[in-house]
Amino acid sequence: MQEFLDSLITQGYFAGVPRDVVYAAGMAVFAAVVVLGFVLNVSGVTTWLERRVWARMQGRCGPNRVGPQGFLQWLADGVKLFMKEDLIPAEADSRLFRLAPYIVVLGFLTAFVVIPFSSALIIADLNVGIVFVTAVTSLVVVGILMAGWASNNKWSLIGGVRAAAQIVSYEIPAGLSIMPIVLLTGTLSMQGIIAQQGWAPQNWFVFNNPFTFLAFFIFFTSALAEGNRTPFDLPEAESELVAGFVTEYTGVRYLLFFLAEWGNLYIIGAVITTLFLGGWQIPPVTDNAVLRALLEFLTFFIKSYFWVLVAMWVRATLPRVRVDQLMSVCWKYLVPLSFANLLGTAAWVVAWPQGNVVARYAMTLVGVALLYYFFQRVAFHLRRARVRERGELQFSPLS
Amino acid sequence: MSLTGFELEVQRAGSAGLETEEMTLNMGPQHPSTHGVLRFVIKADGEVMREAIPDVGYLHRSIEKISEKVGYHGFMPYTDRVDYVAAMFCNQGWSMACEKLGGIEVPKRGEYCRVIAAELNRISSHLLFVGTMILDIGAMTPFFLAFQEREKINDLLEELCGARLTYNYMRIGGVAWDLPPNYAERVLAFLEHFERALDEHNDLISYNKIFVERLANIAAVTPEVAINYNLVGPNLRASGVPYDVRRDDPYSIYRELDFDVPVGTGEVGTVGDCFDRYIMRVHEMKQSVRILRQCLKQMPDGPVIAKVPRKFKPPAGDAYIRVESARGDMGWYAVSDGTEFPYRCKIRTGSFSAMSIIDRLSPGLMIADLVALISSLDVVAPEVDR
Repeated sequence: MQEFLDSLITQGYFAGVPRDVVYAAGMAVFAAVVVLGFVLNVSGVTTWLERRVWARMQGRCGPNRVGPQGFLQWLADGVKLFMKEDLIPAEADSRLFRLAPYIVVLGFLTAFVVIPFSSALIIADLNVGIVFVTAVTSLVVVGILMAGWASNNKWSLIGGVRAAAQIVSYEIPAGLSIMPIVLLTGTLSMQGIIAQQGWAPQNWFVFNNPFTFLAFFIFFTSALAEGNRTPFDLPEAESELVAGFVTEYTGVRYLLFFLAEWGNLYIIGAVITTLFLGGWQIPPVTDNAVLRALLEFLTFFIKSYFWVLVAMWVRATLPRVRVDQLMSVCWKYLVPLSFANLLGTAAWVVAWPQGNVVARYAMTLVGVALLYYFFQRVAFHLRRARVRERGELQFSPLS
Repeated sequence: MSLTGFELEVQRAGSAGLETEEMTLNMGPQHPSTHGVLRFVIKADGEVMREAIPDVGYLHRSIEKISEKVGYHGFMPYTDRVDYVAAMFCNQGWSMACEKLGGIEVPKRGEYCRVIAAELNRISSHLLFVGTMILDIGAMTPFFLAFQEREKINDLLEELCGARLTYNYMRIGGVAWDLPPNYAERVLAFLEHFERALDEHNDLISYNKIFVERLANIAAVTPEVAINYNLVGPNLRASGVPYDVRRDDPYSIYRELDFDVPVGTGEVGTVGDCFDRYIMRVHEMKQSVRILRQCLKQMPDGPVIAKVPRKFKPPAGDAYIRVESARGDMGWYAVSDGTEFPYRCKIRTGSFSAMSIIDRLSPGLMIADLVALISSLDVVAPEVDR
């Protein structure tokens, strides 16, 4: 942040204003902009987009009445929820009940402090950045457990306990998949991690070596589970637990839980982009500080929002796992695998301290091949659906 | 019943001084996955259930008693409400019971109309089952795909009888209306499309890894238990008992039609588990398509309804009739005392007996499995209570 303001000052903006005032004002304005202008809008728009994308995948229209293409639906929903009565069940522990949504929101808003939107746009580049993210997002568990307990409803309680068990368990593979990157870079700072990657895919950490490639998938899976997303949406499993820990909530408190859920999705995408996908790195195209910040911001935003879309897609595709299957996936497969990954990366770093260029290009090729295979499969199914309409049958050479 | 690994662990924890308390949960009558207003009292130890006691009676509307006041003809619209997901079969059951009482012969074309309507209804009922079952497992997209197909059947049935859910199509002695013009072509076009849609559905969800893992080996019912608990229809056949009223006690024109009776094979787990009950409906839809094709081809010309007096007064006596409804063997018992009002009517439905087995299957299951079990038994609440 400071460097960004410095560069603005040297380029002639803010002439005649004391440096400290510029720093302080810049920090305050940016924090406010991030929280109010960015976070709230992004999670709001995400609710609308998820419903539209989902509807499209299911052959429906989705919300399309409020504003163009229903774009303002999320504002209408928000206003509606603000005007609802704030019900607190008579037998509920009213203090905890009222406190719980704030803790959840606190957990996810605080994480934005270290999200590096561009080389300059970051509220605070803490030297423990990535650990800070995992630490504060764990606050969400406390809030959810509190909500489940205080509601004095057995379905809420089961939802809360499920959430606690699930999030705490999946933090282990998620944390262990962050560690390979930390081993490679030797830093925990978000900007430090991005600075060691390049703008081209072969310089991203996901393709650095086979272990980070695997860590990427483990991290995405565990992040979905931590964010209570399908196929791991057990805490609020509608068909089992009514609405899980939000069963008794109404109005704005209910809104806050969902704000946190959709905001969390963006954090997942941002962390993945930072760790594995080169963050805001762009090719050197311009020297103008403002333009550069804008391009970097756009790059980072598109990369991270892509994973939000993937999460929506997964949600439209998969059924929900059972609670024992959830635990066995975590403890029997993901945790040992991510441990092996960590050891493998450690060995890799010892063998090639400067990184292995051949492996990097080879892994990039593997990634491209996987994408190619995926698109081939999609194209095949589209073709088959078309052939089926004519009444013929076609068998996949790949399946 | 032997203890599962988890239960043993709970027991060990208990003996080590950790107290665990049994929790009584009230599931329903307003719960998203109880398909209407069923209620279960669940005794659970965490996620694992000790028992789940079904509590029926929230949808009791005295339909059987109503028959004694409204007469034979007047009762027909009420039968739609016995099982509103598959109302054609209830229509058919009541009219067949009355015809047996009065000794009325239904014209051939009337029988064909009945079977066409009933088999279309069977497909739509099974589509509803498939959609809601998948919804209960947690996937939403296939639910909409199933309902898209169901809408098309609703359109066809609306053309036939003017209603999309409570059809009131059949009459004592036949059906109310003949098929509309060019109806056969439209049904055939739909069947053509539907077979492919069913294949696509299987590709999309039926053999999905998570879906199979959720359903395989859950709440398996052995053939003996299935017979002892009087399971009927697809639930019975899923346990490997090849019994279908249409084939083994043929009524209407089913004797002239060629179709298979699919049975559960334990494709991915044990015979009679939740997955078998699910896939049984998918197979049955294919058989219904076969039956419909034959019916549309063989249909003769002629009247669709026999001459039945407006004041229908069957001679004193009683009649018991069985139809293979979408939920299995459905029995209709009517007693006449010679007046124009039935003396007594009794309906025997598959959902009611299916509810009773939940009590036996539930110990040791998880709450999520109970949801899968309820929906795999295809329990429709109004049919339980009537």
